[in-house]
Amino acid sequence: MLFSMVSPKVAKLAAAALVAASLGACASKTDDPNALNGGLAGRAGAAVPGSAQDFVVNVGDRVFFETDSTELTPTAVATLDKQAGWLGRYPRYSFTVEGHADERGTREYNFALSARRAETVRNYLAAKGIASNRMRTMSYGKERPVAVCDDISCWSQNRRAVTVLSGAGS
Amino acid sequence: MTRILSAPLAPLIMPRRRFLTGAAAFSLLGVTAARADLTITLSGGDFKPMPIAIADFAGDQQGAQVAGVITNNLIRSGIFAPLEKSKHPEKPSFDAAPNFGAWQAAGVQALVTGRVSREGGRIKAEFRLWDVGTGQQAVGQQYMTDPAAWRRVGHMISDAVYSKVTGEKGFFDTRIVFVSESGPKDKRIKRLAIMDQDGANYRVLSTGDSLALTPRFSPSSQEVAYMSFANGAEPRVYIVDLQGGKREAVGNFPGMSFSPRFSPDGNGIIMSLQQGSNANIYFMDLNSQQMRRLTNTAAIDTSPSFSPDGKRIVFESDRGGGQQIYLMDAGGGGQQRISFGDGRYGTPVWSPKGDYIAFTKQKSGSFAIGIMKPDGSGERILTEGFHNEGPTWAPNGRYLMYFSEQGAGPKMMMVDVSGRVKVPVPTPGFASDPAWSPLLSET
Repeated sequence: MLFSMVSPKVAKLAAAALVAASLGACASKTDDPNALNGGLAGRAGAAVPGSAQDFVVNVGDRVFFETDSTELTPTAVATLDKQAGWLGRYPRYSFTVEGHADERGTREYNFALSARRAETVRNYLAAKGIASNRMRTMSYGKERPVAVCDDISCWSQNRRAVTVLSGAGS
Repeated sequence: MTRILSAPLAPLIMPRRRFLTGAAAFSLLGVTAARADLTITLSGGDFKPMPIAIADFAGDQQGAQVAGVITNNLIRSGIFAPLEKSKHPEKPSFDAAPNFGAWQAAGVQALVTGRVSREGGRIKAEFRLWDVGTGQQAVGQQYMTDPAAWRRVGHMISDAVYSKVTGEKGFFDTRIVFVSESGPKDKRIKRLAIMDQDGANYRVLSTGDSLALTPRFSPSSQEVAYMSFANGAEPRVYIVDLQGGKREAVGNFPGMSFSPRFSPDGNGIIMSLQQGSNANIYFMDLNSQQMRRLTNTAAIDTSPSFSPDGKRIVFESDRGGGQQIYLMDAGGGGQQRISFGDGRYGTPVWSPKGDYIAFTKQKSGSFAIGIMKPDGSGERILTEGFHNEGPTWAPNGRYLMYFSEQGAGPKMMMVDVSGRVKVPVPTPGFASDPAWSPLLSET
């Protein structure tokens, strides 16, 4: 519903901005779309460098996957390269890579699929030099959709791995 | 962390125990009665439900309620067509023979009469199943129980009638453990809940502050294995004791554990452990806590389910590229693929009768529930639509429950293996991940 009328690319940006707003507003650790506050989104671009907001808005905290796939798309690789650069610059953060699947799969398989997505991201970041003791993974299967509707515009938003910063910070 | 609410369970469990004691006093009334031929053949294309009447039971006012439970059960089975109460030609007394001519004229083939009375602090329920055509009694039994367990008496009588007429075991005296869902889709609260097979005696088992999913009964029906998130850690498998509400994690693994199912003897659990990018299937002996690795592939191996004799395990794996169904020996040997149809196959569950494996099949954007023989042959789709998932077998292997996404949220449905019967399972709200208990009178 939320993103059904916009292209996936625009929706993705919108999601990132909205999550930034939620992080700024209540320091939520999860990508919680219900805490969204459009009023804050405009300020997001001016986030303090090195802040969690900076990471979400200027780097991008999430990558998306094709249906039933755990392979990184070129867009995902570009995002993860930026993530690796930022995480390298700000080693005080530890983080959790949260894997998610869309609703178009069976529950148990989707838990494993989302675990594999999180692991793929973790491995990529590790290969880019991020220390593994800063990273943990978490699998949510199809249990935590961020976009809610019954068509592909939502499902593509839900097939994601989100890098959620924790610990230390500014 | 999910806290298990133990208190609400006590009234559910206690009557059963007292009832089971009472079951020893169970006796046959009509053992010497001439045998009646009141049977129905379940297979065949020209199947017609048997016209039957369930008269209000005489005696205590609860008699009409017991008759109502039986009538509802028999309608839902699809095997019987109960006559509306307003069309009953008489209110038969329990001790005298019914007016068979009048019941025959009303078009019924079978008649259930009964009586509910109080004896001390307990209720006594008696019933007779009559063959209206021959005027002979086909079954007659009596039950003593706690008044709070009166619905169970209705279910046991339903099972006796179903069993006599079909020659199969019954399935009405059973419970369902499932996931009760509430709240918006992106903030869904998922709690374990339990109820009778017909939707009565609904109780919530977990508090809902963390997700609880995929519950499955132990063979004794006293324990439930499920997966849950706790303390922000990766999801893992737990076992909860329904009587006391005590909850224990099954093992302690570095990654996610999920997809649990009990072995048929109840002494072990099979489940998946996530190890890096791969999920493999393990067996844990619940007494010794020893683990045995059953699969070892760079793939997602999950949803294992034992054959009823405990000798084999059916599971799903994407080792060949997409989700498909595989078989192996209980020790992990002889792994072979059995699903070869067009599409992806998951969530295999072995029938308690051993004759079929139920599954979820995804093809061209639709999710179907189907069955196939354990050698992979004879595939039949029982229902198909936008999203159907997670079949569970009735203990007699003739019916399945599953959940179906219908827009706002999931609801549970019941189908029979012929695909003739498809009825909603009543739940207070959205519901998913049903698991059917064994027949309670046999546990």
